[in-house]
Amino acid sequence: MQISARHVDKATIFDISGDIDLANSPEVRKALLREVRENRTPRVVMNLSKVRYIDSSGVASLVEGLKASRDLGLRFILFGLSQTAREVLQLSRLIKIFEVYDNEDQALAS
Amino acid sequence: MTGVRATQSLMKTLRPPRQHDRKPHTEARAAATSNGLLLKLELHSDPKLLSPVRGALERLTELLGFSAPECRAVTRAVDEALTNIMRHCYCGRLDQPIEVFCSRTRRRGAVGSEEGLEILLCDRGPPVDPAKLRGRRLDEIKPGGLGLHFIRQSMDVVQYRRTRGTNQFRLVKYLNAMK
Repeated sequence: MQISARHVDKATIFDISGDIDLANSPEVRKALLREVRENRTPRVVMNLSKVRYIDSSGVASLVEGLKASRDLGLRFILFGLSQTAREVLQLSRLIKIFEVYDNEDQALAS
Repeated sequence: MTGVRATQSLMKTLRPPRQHDRKPHTEARAAATSNGLLLKLELHSDPKLLSPVRGALERLTELLGFSAPECRAVTRAVDEALTNIMRHCYCGRLDQPIEVFCSRTRRRGAVGSEEGLEILLCDRGPPVDPAKLRGRRLDEIKPGGLGLHFIRQSMDVVQYRRTRGTNQFRLVKYLNAMK
Protein backbone atom coordinates (compact mmCIF):
# COMPACT_ATOMS: atom_id res chain seq x y z
CA MET A 1 0.00 0.00 0.00
CA GLN A 2 1.14 3.53 -0.71
CA ILE A 3 -0.28 6.72 0.74
CA SER A 4 0.54 10.28 -0.21
CA ALA A 5 -1.03 13.65 0.52
CA ARG A 6 -1.56 16.72 -1.63
CA HIS A 7 -3.21 20.01 -0.86
CA VAL A 8 -5.91 21.59 -3.03
CA ASP A 9 -7.41 24.86 -1.72
CA LYS A 10 -8.50 24.10 1.83
CA ALA A 11 -8.57 20.36 1.33
CA THR A 12 -6.00 17.67 1.86
CA ILE A 13 -6.39 14.75 -0.51
CA PHE A 14 -4.93 11.40 0.48
CA ASP A 15 -4.19 9.23 -2.54
CA ILE A 16 -4.04 5.61 -1.49
CA SER A 17 -3.18 2.68 -3.71
CA GLY A 18 -3.02 -1.06 -3.09
CA ASP A 19 -4.66 -3.04 -0.32
CA ILE A 20 -5.57 -1.69 3.10
CA ASP A 21 -5.38 -4.49 5.64
CA LEU A 22 -3.99 -5.25 9.08
CA ALA A 23 -0.44 -4.83 7.77
CA ASN A 24 -0.86 -1.17 6.92
CA SER A 25 -4.14 0.22 8.29
CA PRO A 26 -2.26 1.67 11.32
CA GLU A 27 -0.29 3.80 8.85
CA VAL A 28 -3.51 5.07 7.27
CA ARG A 29 -5.02 5.75 10.68
CA LYS A 30 -1.95 7.67 11.84
CA ALA A 31 -1.85 9.85 8.71
CA LEU A 32 -5.58 10.64 8.91
CA LEU A 33 -5.62 11.50 12.58
CA ARG A 34 -2.53 13.68 12.27
CA GLU A 35 -4.12 15.61 9.42
CA VAL A 36 -7.35 16.10 11.34
CA ARG A 37 -6.13 16.68 14.89
CA GLU A 38 -2.83 18.47 14.32
CA ASN A 39 -3.34 20.28 11.04
CA ARG A 40 -7.11 20.72 11.41
CA THR A 41 -7.58 20.73 7.67
CA PRO A 42 -11.16 21.85 6.90
CA ARG A 43 -11.68 19.01 4.41
CA VAL A 44 -9.90 15.68 4.45
CA VAL A 45 -10.57 13.81 1.23
CA MET A 46 -9.75 10.14 0.71
CA ASN A 47 -9.05 9.04 -2.87
CA LEU A 48 -9.81 5.31 -2.79
CA SER A 49 -9.95 4.80 -6.56
CA LYS A 50 -6.77 2.70 -6.53
CA VAL A 51 -7.59 0.71 -3.41
CA ARG A 52 -8.21 -2.87 -4.50
CA TYR A 53 -9.13 -4.22 -1.08
CA ILE A 54 -10.01 -2.82 2.32
CA ASP A 55 -10.62 -4.93 5.42
CA SER A 56 -12.39 -4.20 8.69
CA SER A 57 -9.27 -2.59 10.19
CA GLY A 58 -9.14 -0.24 7.21
CA VAL A 59 -12.81 0.61 7.63
CA ALA A 60 -12.15 1.21 11.34
CA SER A 61 -9.41 3.70 10.38
CA LEU A 62 -11.85 5.56 8.14
CA VAL A 63 -14.44 5.64 10.94
CA GLU A 64 -11.84 7.05 13.32
CA GLY A 65 -10.96 9.73 10.79
CA LEU A 66 -14.63 10.59 10.36
CA LYS A 67 -15.30 10.79 14.09
CA ALA A 68 -12.21 12.92 14.73
CA SER A 69 -13.28 15.26 11.91
CA ARG A 70 -16.81 15.57 13.24
CA ASP A 71 -15.53 16.29 16.73
CA LEU A 72 -13.65 19.30 15.36
CA GLY A 73 -16.37 20.42 12.95
CA LEU A 74 -14.36 19.38 9.89
CA ARG A 75 -15.43 17.41 6.83
CA PHE A 76 -14.26 13.93 5.92
CA ILE A 77 -14.97 12.82 2.36
CA LEU A 78 -14.45 9.62 0.36
CA PHE A 79 -14.40 9.24 -3.40
CA GLY A 80 -13.63 6.62 -6.04
CA LEU A 81 -14.80 3.58 -4.09
CA SER A 82 -13.99 0.28 -5.76
CA GLN A 83 -16.55 -2.51 -5.82
CA THR A 84 -14.78 -4.17 -2.89
CA ALA A 85 -14.59 -1.00 -0.81
CA ARG A 86 -18.24 -0.21 -1.49
CA GLU A 87 -19.24 -3.75 -0.51
CA VAL A 88 -17.55 -3.61 2.89
CA LEU A 89 -19.02 -0.21 3.67
CA GLN A 90 -22.44 -1.53 2.70
CA LEU A 91 -21.99 -4.72 4.74
CA SER A 92 -21.06 -2.65 7.77
CA ARG A 93 -23.95 -0.25 7.04
CA LEU A 94 -21.44 2.58 7.27
CA ILE A 95 -21.82 3.78 3.68
CA LYS A 96 -24.60 6.15 4.72
CA ILE A 97 -22.57 7.90 7.42
CA PHE A 98 -19.77 8.91 5.03
CA GLU A 99 -19.87 11.62 2.40
CA VAL A 100 -19.16 9.57 -0.73
CA TYR A 101 -18.60 10.91 -4.25
CA ASP A 102 -17.77 9.24 -7.52
CA ASN A 103 -14.72 11.36 -8.40
CA GLU A 104 -12.37 14.10 -7.22
CA ASP A 105 -14.15 16.94 -9.02
CA GLN A 106 -17.42 16.11 -7.31
CA ALA A 107 -15.70 15.68 -3.96
CA LEU A 108 -14.01 19.08 -4.18
CA ALA A 109 -17.10 20.84 -5.52
CA SER A 110 -19.27 19.54 -2.70
CA MET B 1 11.26 -21.55 18.28
CA THR B 2 11.91 -21.36 14.57
CA GLY B 3 9.07 -21.12 12.09
CA VAL B 4 9.77 -24.63 10.82
CA ARG B 5 9.73 -26.12 14.30
CA ALA B 6 6.59 -24.28 15.16
CA THR B 7 4.93 -25.69 12.07
CA GLN B 8 6.13 -29.21 12.85
CA SER B 9 4.73 -28.90 16.34
CA LEU B 10 1.41 -27.74 14.97
CA MET B 11 1.35 -30.54 12.44
CA LYS B 12 1.88 -33.07 15.19
CA THR B 13 -1.21 -31.75 16.89
CA LEU B 14 -3.15 -31.64 13.65
CA ARG B 15 -2.22 -35.14 12.48
CA PRO B 16 -5.44 -36.97 11.47
CA PRO B 17 -6.65 -39.08 14.39
CA ARG B 18 -6.73 -42.85 14.29
CA GLN B 19 -10.16 -44.25 13.68
CA HIS B 20 -10.59 -45.52 17.23
CA ASP B 21 -9.87 -42.19 18.89
CA ARG B 22 -11.83 -40.01 16.49
CA LYS B 23 -14.19 -37.82 18.49
CA PRO B 24 -16.94 -35.49 17.35
CA HIS B 25 -14.79 -32.41 17.80
CA THR B 26 -12.20 -33.77 15.37
CA GLU B 27 -14.62 -34.29 12.51
CA ALA B 28 -14.10 -30.90 10.92
CA ARG B 29 -10.35 -31.35 10.81
CA ALA B 30 -10.68 -34.90 9.55
CA ALA B 31 -12.98 -33.71 6.77
CA ALA B 32 -10.46 -31.09 5.74
CA THR B 33 -7.67 -33.61 5.52
CA SER B 34 -9.66 -36.22 3.61
CA ASN B 35 -9.73 -36.65 -0.16
CA GLY B 36 -11.50 -33.33 -0.68
CA LEU B 37 -8.43 -31.29 0.21
CA LEU B 38 -7.74 -28.71 -2.50
CA LEU B 39 -5.23 -26.40 -0.94
CA LYS B 40 -3.27 -26.19 2.29
CA LEU B 41 -1.42 -23.09 3.44
CA GLU B 42 1.00 -22.80 6.36
CA LEU B 43 1.90 -19.30 7.43
CA HIS B 44 3.20 -17.31 10.32
CA SER B 45 1.01 -14.77 12.07
CA ASP B 46 2.54 -11.88 10.13
CA PRO B 47 -0.03 -9.47 8.64
CA LYS B 48 2.20 -9.03 5.59
CA LEU B 49 1.20 -12.57 4.62
CA LEU B 50 -2.50 -11.70 4.39
CA SER B 51 -2.12 -10.41 0.85
CA PRO B 52 -0.70 -13.63 -0.65
CA VAL B 53 -3.37 -15.65 1.15
CA ARG B 54 -6.05 -13.44 -0.37
CA GLY B 55 -4.47 -13.97 -3.78
CA ALA B 56 -4.60 -17.74 -3.34
CA LEU B 57 -8.23 -17.68 -2.18
CA GLU B 58 -9.27 -15.43 -5.05
CA ARG B 59 -7.80 -17.83 -7.59
CA LEU B 60 -9.17 -20.94 -5.87
CA THR B 61 -12.72 -19.62 -5.63
CA GLU B 62 -12.60 -18.55 -9.28
CA LEU B 63 -11.43 -22.04 -10.20
CA LEU B 64 -14.31 -23.62 -8.32
CA GLY B 65 -16.86 -21.57 -10.22
CA PHE B 66 -17.98 -19.07 -7.62
CA SER B 67 -19.36 -15.80 -8.95
CA ALA B 68 -17.22 -12.66 -8.64
CA PRO B 69 -19.14 -11.37 -5.56
CA GLU B 70 -18.90 -14.82 -3.97
CA CYS B 71 -15.14 -14.95 -4.64
CA ARG B 72 -14.76 -11.58 -2.93
CA ALA B 73 -16.96 -12.74 -0.04
CA VAL B 74 -14.96 -15.91 0.65
CA THR B 75 -11.65 -14.07 0.32
CA ARG B 76 -12.90 -11.36 2.69
CA ALA B 77 -14.08 -13.91 5.26
CA VAL B 78 -10.77 -15.77 5.30
CA ASP B 79 -8.83 -12.51 5.49
CA GLU B 80 -10.93 -11.31 8.42
CA ALA B 81 -10.65 -14.65 10.22
CA LEU B 82 -6.86 -14.61 9.85
CA THR B 83 -6.79 -11.01 11.02
CA ASN B 84 -8.69 -12.01 14.15
CA ILE B 85 -6.28 -14.87 14.81
CA MET B 86 -3.26 -12.56 14.42
CA ARG B 87 -4.71 -9.81 16.58
CA HIS B 88 -6.62 -11.65 19.26
CA CYS B 89 -5.26 -15.22 19.45
CA TYR B 90 -1.61 -14.32 18.95
CA CYS B 91 -1.79 -10.73 20.27
CA GLY B 92 0.26 -9.32 17.40
CA ARG B 93 3.17 -11.78 17.63
CA LEU B 94 4.50 -12.32 14.12
CA ASP B 95 6.01 -15.79 14.31
CA GLN B 96 3.15 -18.01 15.43
CA PRO B 97 1.82 -20.85 13.25
CA ILE B 98 -1.44 -20.77 11.35
CA GLU B 99 -2.76 -23.40 8.95
CA VAL B 100 -5.47 -23.06 6.36
CA PHE B 101 -7.11 -26.13 4.83
CA CYS B 102 -9.40 -25.64 1.82
CA SER B 103 -11.54 -28.64 0.85
CA ARG B 104 -14.48 -29.51 -1.31
CA THR B 105 -17.66 -30.18 0.59
CA ARG B 106 -21.21 -31.13 -0.29
CA ARG B 107 -24.65 -30.88 1.27
CA ARG B 108 -28.11 -31.98 0.32
CA GLY B 109 -30.19 -28.89 -0.38
CA ALA B 110 -33.77 -28.21 -1.40
CA VAL B 111 -32.95 -28.74 -5.09
CA GLY B 112 -30.51 -31.62 -4.74
CA SER B 113 -26.87 -31.81 -3.85
CA GLU B 114 -24.91 -28.57 -3.47
CA GLU B 115 -21.15 -28.36 -3.77
CA GLY B 116 -19.14 -25.94 -1.73
CA LEU B 117 -15.81 -24.90 -0.31
CA GLU B 118 -14.90 -25.62 3.30
CA ILE B 119 -12.07 -23.63 4.87
CA LEU B 120 -10.57 -24.66 8.17
CA LEU B 121 -8.28 -22.20 9.95
CA CYS B 122 -6.18 -23.58 12.81
CA ASP B 123 -4.06 -21.78 15.37
CA ARG B 124 -2.37 -22.59 18.66
CA GLY B 125 -3.44 -19.47 20.55
CA PRO B 126 -5.37 -19.53 23.82
CA PRO B 127 -9.04 -20.62 23.74
CA VAL B 128 -11.49 -18.11 22.32
CA ASP B 129 -14.38 -17.00 24.48
CA PRO B 130 -17.47 -17.97 22.42
CA ALA B 131 -19.28 -14.93 23.80
CA LYS B 132 -16.80 -12.76 21.91
CA LEU B 133 -17.63 -14.46 18.63
CA ARG B 134 -21.06 -12.88 18.37
CA GLY B 135 -19.85 -9.58 16.94
CA ARG B 136 -21.32 -6.21 17.79
CA ARG B 137 -24.46 -4.37 16.84
CA LEU B 138 -24.16 -2.45 13.62
CA ASP B 139 -26.25 0.51 14.70
CA GLU B 140 -23.29 1.73 16.73
CA ILE B 141 -20.95 3.96 14.76
CA LYS B 142 -17.56 3.05 16.10
CA PRO B 143 -14.36 1.54 14.80
CA GLY B 144 -13.65 -2.13 15.42
CA GLY B 145 -15.72 -5.26 15.82
CA LEU B 146 -16.69 -5.48 12.15
CA GLY B 147 -14.60 -8.49 11.15
CA LEU B 148 -16.93 -11.11 12.60
CA HIS B 149 -19.89 -9.42 11.00
CA PHE B 150 -18.16 -9.55 7.62
CA ILE B 151 -17.40 -13.24 8.10
CA ARG B 152 -20.99 -14.12 9.00
CA GLN B 153 -22.37 -12.06 6.13
CA SER B 154 -19.99 -13.68 3.67
CA MET B 155 -20.24 -17.38 4.55
CA ASP B 156 -23.02 -19.97 4.83
CA VAL B 157 -21.49 -21.77 7.82
CA VAL B 158 -19.27 -20.29 10.54
CA GLN B 159 -18.21 -22.56 13.40
CA TYR B 160 -15.59 -22.49 16.13
CA ARG B 161 -14.17 -25.45 17.99
CA ARG B 162 -11.33 -25.89 20.45
CA THR B 163 -9.60 -29.24 20.35
CA ARG B 164 -6.26 -30.46 21.70
CA GLY B 165 -4.89 -26.99 22.24
CA THR B 166 -5.92 -25.81 18.79
CA ASN B 167 -8.52 -23.24 17.79
CA GLN B 168 -10.41 -24.33 14.67
CA PHE B 169 -12.53 -21.91 12.70
CA ARG B 170 -14.61 -23.63 10.05
CA LEU B 171 -16.07 -21.58 7.23
CA VAL B 172 -18.21 -22.99 4.41
CA LYS B 173 -19.54 -21.36 1.27
CA TYR B 174 -21.88 -23.28 -1.04
CA LEU B 175 -22.08 -22.66 -4.75
CA ASN B 176 -25.30 -20.90 -5.72
CA ALA B 177 -26.55 -20.94 -2.12
CA MET B 178 -29.37 -18.58 -1.28
CA LYS B 179 -28.45 -16.66 1.86
